[in-house]
Amino acid sequence: MLSSLMGYYSLIFGLCISLLIILFSVKNFKNSNILDSKILLFSFLQLVLVFVSFLGLVISFVNSDFSNETVFNNSHTTKPLFYKITGTWGNHEGSLLLWLLVLTLFIFIFLVKSKNQLKKYRILTVIFQQIIIIGFFTFLIKTSNPFNYLFPIPEEGLGLNPILQDPALAIHPPILYLGYVGSSIIFSSVLAATTLNYINNDWAKHIKGWVLISWIFLTLGILLGSIWAYYELGWGGFWFWDPVENVSLMPWLALTALLHCILVLEKRSLFKSWIIILSIATFTLSMCGTFLVRSGILNSVHTFANDPERGLFILSFLFVLIFISIFIFFVFHKSDNKKLSPIFLLSKETSIVINNWFMMYFLSVVLIGTVYPIFLDVISSQKISVGPPFYHKLIIPFLIPLLIFMAIGPRLKWIKSELKDKLSLAILLIISVLLSLFIVRNFETNYLLNSILIGSAFYLFFITVRDFFSKKTQRLSQNIAHFGFSLLILSILFNSIFSNEIITNLKVGESYKDDDLEIVFNDLTKENKKNYVLFTGVFSIKDKSFNNILKPELRIYNQPNIITSEADIKITLLQDNFITINTVKNEDYFNVRYMIKPFMLWIWVSVLLIALGGLISLFNKKHEE
Amino acid sequence: MKILKLIFIIFLIFPFHHLKADETDLQNKIIKNLRCLICQGQSVYDSDSEFAISLKLVVKNKINDGLSEKEIYDFLTEKYGEWILYDPKFNKNTYILWFLPLLIFLFGGAIVFKKLINIK
Amino acid sequence: MKNKTITIIVIFFFIFVFLIFYKGLNNSNIYKPSNNENKIIPKFSAYSFFENKLINSENIFNQKKFYLLNIWASWCVPCRDEHPLIMSLKGNDKLEIIGLNYKDNNKNAKKFINDYGNPYSIILLDKDGIRAIEWGAYGVPETFLIFENQIIKKYIGPLNSKLILEIESFIK
Repeated sequence: MLSSLMGYYSLIFGLCISLLIILFSVKNFKNSNILDSKILLFSFLQLVLVFVSFLGLVISFVNSDFSNETVFNNSHTTKPLFYKITGTWGNHEGSLLLWLLVLTLFIFIFLVKSKNQLKKYRILTVIFQQIIIIGFFTFLIKTSNPFNYLFPIPEEGLGLNPILQDPALAIHPPILYLGYVGSSIIFSSVLAATTLNYINNDWAKHIKGWVLISWIFLTLGILLGSIWAYYELGWGGFWFWDPVENVSLMPWLALTALLHCILVLEKRSLFKSWIIILSIATFTLSMCGTFLVRSGILNSVHTFANDPERGLFILSFLFVLIFISIFIFFVFHKSDNKKLSPIFLLSKETSIVINNWFMMYFLSVVLIGTVYPIFLDVISSQKISVGPPFYHKLIIPFLIPLLIFMAIGPRLKWIKSELKDKLSLAILLIISVLLSLFIVRNFETNYLLNSILIGSAFYLFFITVRDFFSKKTQRLSQNIAHFGFSLLILSILFNSIFSNEIITNLKVGESYKDDDLEIVFNDLTKENKKNYVLFTGVFSIKDKSFNNILKPELRIYNQPNIITSEADIKITLLQDNFITINTVKNEDYFNVRYMIKPFMLWIWVSVLLIALGGLISLFNKKHEE
Repeated sequence: MKILKLIFIIFLIFPFHHLKADETDLQNKIIKNLRCLICQGQSVYDSDSEFAISLKLVVKNKINDGLSEKEIYDFLTEKYGEWILYDPKFNKNTYILWFLPLLIFLFGGAIVFKKLINIK
Repeated sequence: MKNKTITIIVIFFFIFVFLIFYKGLNNSNIYKPSNNENKIIPKFSAYSFFENKLINSENIFNQKKFYLLNIWASWCVPCRDEHPLIMSLKGNDKLEIIGLNYKDNNKNAKKFINDYGNPYSIILLDKDGIRAIEWGAYGVPETFLIFENQIIKKYIGPLNSKLILEIESFIK
């Protein structure tokens, strides 16, 4: 109880400090040339207060203090300690507190790391960021208080959904929020810089670090979410174009475009207006995503418990931010249209323009697909669904030119360039296409599309591998990231084309047999665990490349009353062998799903490589300083 | 370099020569495109709800009766509305849905073209 | 000025988006299929519960009276709640109540009928749930009011006394 009180009052004080910081900032803006140290001090104090509040919630969870409503709703005395702790942010209120923690942390880091920057720029960034922070404080305290008091104090909590008790899912929110909050710094920074007409090479060099950090964490956060979905949900898929997934992908696409533009702005004076718009858009998309996911406006497997009152608050807050941005952009931004520096057709700048073109297209596909049902429902009361087929049809064909541009673009120099080694580039292209035709030959009906697509991915693959051996270390980060992307597309394509699946109903002792494969249901064992009853199926699987025993599980939880199915997955370099069992109502047999999923490991590795590219770039930047 | 490529090709060809049965293919394709009405965030393929299990059976029967994919979708939308399909139908409700991204692509292309037209 | 027109367009666009989202908040996000009213009833065949004979739907809904098709199961809790209300409709000679037992175990269903009463003139079996889908149902309980082979009204979820009054007013 004490921890909850401590947590609550820390929040109140934290909110007051926001107002103080703004006060000091406004005063400091006009007078003196150096940053008032009080601003730094109070930012740190605010961070400490939010941290104390967060700690208070964690302690309440660890102690299973059910006088706290959030703990009551989301925890249980029998939950393992690790999941009690991570359950702190596995709910709406706690996750918002985590958002607030990262928001205050990042603005403090920003202040510390921007000592060489203009004072006015730093102050304005702080002010804009504090507006966001005040919004979150108010949202938290008014509609999503993590420290509501329950009386009489319940004996036991309502327990966390066992599907959410998973290590990948435990760290997925913090990592993702680091990405989202990074984009808030970019947002505040770009508004500050626009007001001061500071959008130039220096600002680009300075903000690039933040763009990279945000992008890396967002990439990793999305990866963790996919990994969790694949291993935990048991349907063998890792991306479903579900609204919650789309909502994390949209800022990522905007950030990727922004990252490439910043590379240009570092060196040349181009794309300023566009960069401002992109920077604003990235954080707007993050907030829009928060709105879509937490307001209950959309139907999704993984939305939080939703509440229209909260939705209205986020919606209003989001539009306040949008209107502030529009105001600043149109009032303060003076585009230097006078000297329209020409861009030559064959140049790195062109490649980046094309990159942005494609990223914005993909972004529009995901955005329209996600929100169109809402618009249609409100305007004409028709309810439709937009799912994977829509996204595949609109995105996949456009990957082909994207991959080819990704292969050629980076080789071009700034301003004006020639395409060197035209011959070897052409030869590699022919080899790629032939290779893919060879591989796809017996399979798909979408023969032509798939082979060209795989061909383009191979092309990027070979080009990046070849570039890797040409010892240009300054392009290492870009090379690895692009290579990772080609590997990602190849892995996903091979995974979808060559996946195989058997669904059958078996009783204990029965077996399934066909030309390639034999599955024997050997045994079913029962064991009592700490908070569930465990049934383990023992299966012998034998096929041409695999001969092993797999043990999928059925877990019957007591609190809440759920049965979950845990897949057993044998992971090898080339493929995953994946099996799940499920009970069938009124019957004594089990529904068994056995899948062969090629290249799953490489899908994860390729995303790690993409993030690694970003990390290397960040490291290079630090080295330069 | 060439040896690497050769090894890569060989690596890929070996494990993957199962040819799937066409019927289950069509069945799976259809039920992956159907949205479960009970667990509304899942496809019928992924869902284990009673409705999903029954619907899988219905689809299988309809395929055996010789109905085409389109006819099965029509049958189900007649019962449950267009919402049940993940692939939005192309009708007056969804023209904007399908065309707007493409229009944006063309619009983006026009902007790109304008920028690049300053070729020295 | 070009800049001013763009600003105004942008502002109006965002106001429009805000209004749409605001209205969307108040709509439910759970989907319920629209009622298939005024549709012809589906043709199907099913085994009867007690006699275990295969019956064709054309032989059931062929008289000039109202029919109430009630989809139920012994494992369904709201079905238990609405059952007494259906029992209350039993005596009415303008209405024949047909039961469709959905994905159930015969023993449990029999116990349900013994414990709570049998308002049905016939109980049909739908062990695999296919017939319910022919009717456009997706869960239990669901109830259909039928006249002259047309669905007059469809009720998703358990009946309550208000809906029973509605049914009775239709029958008159």
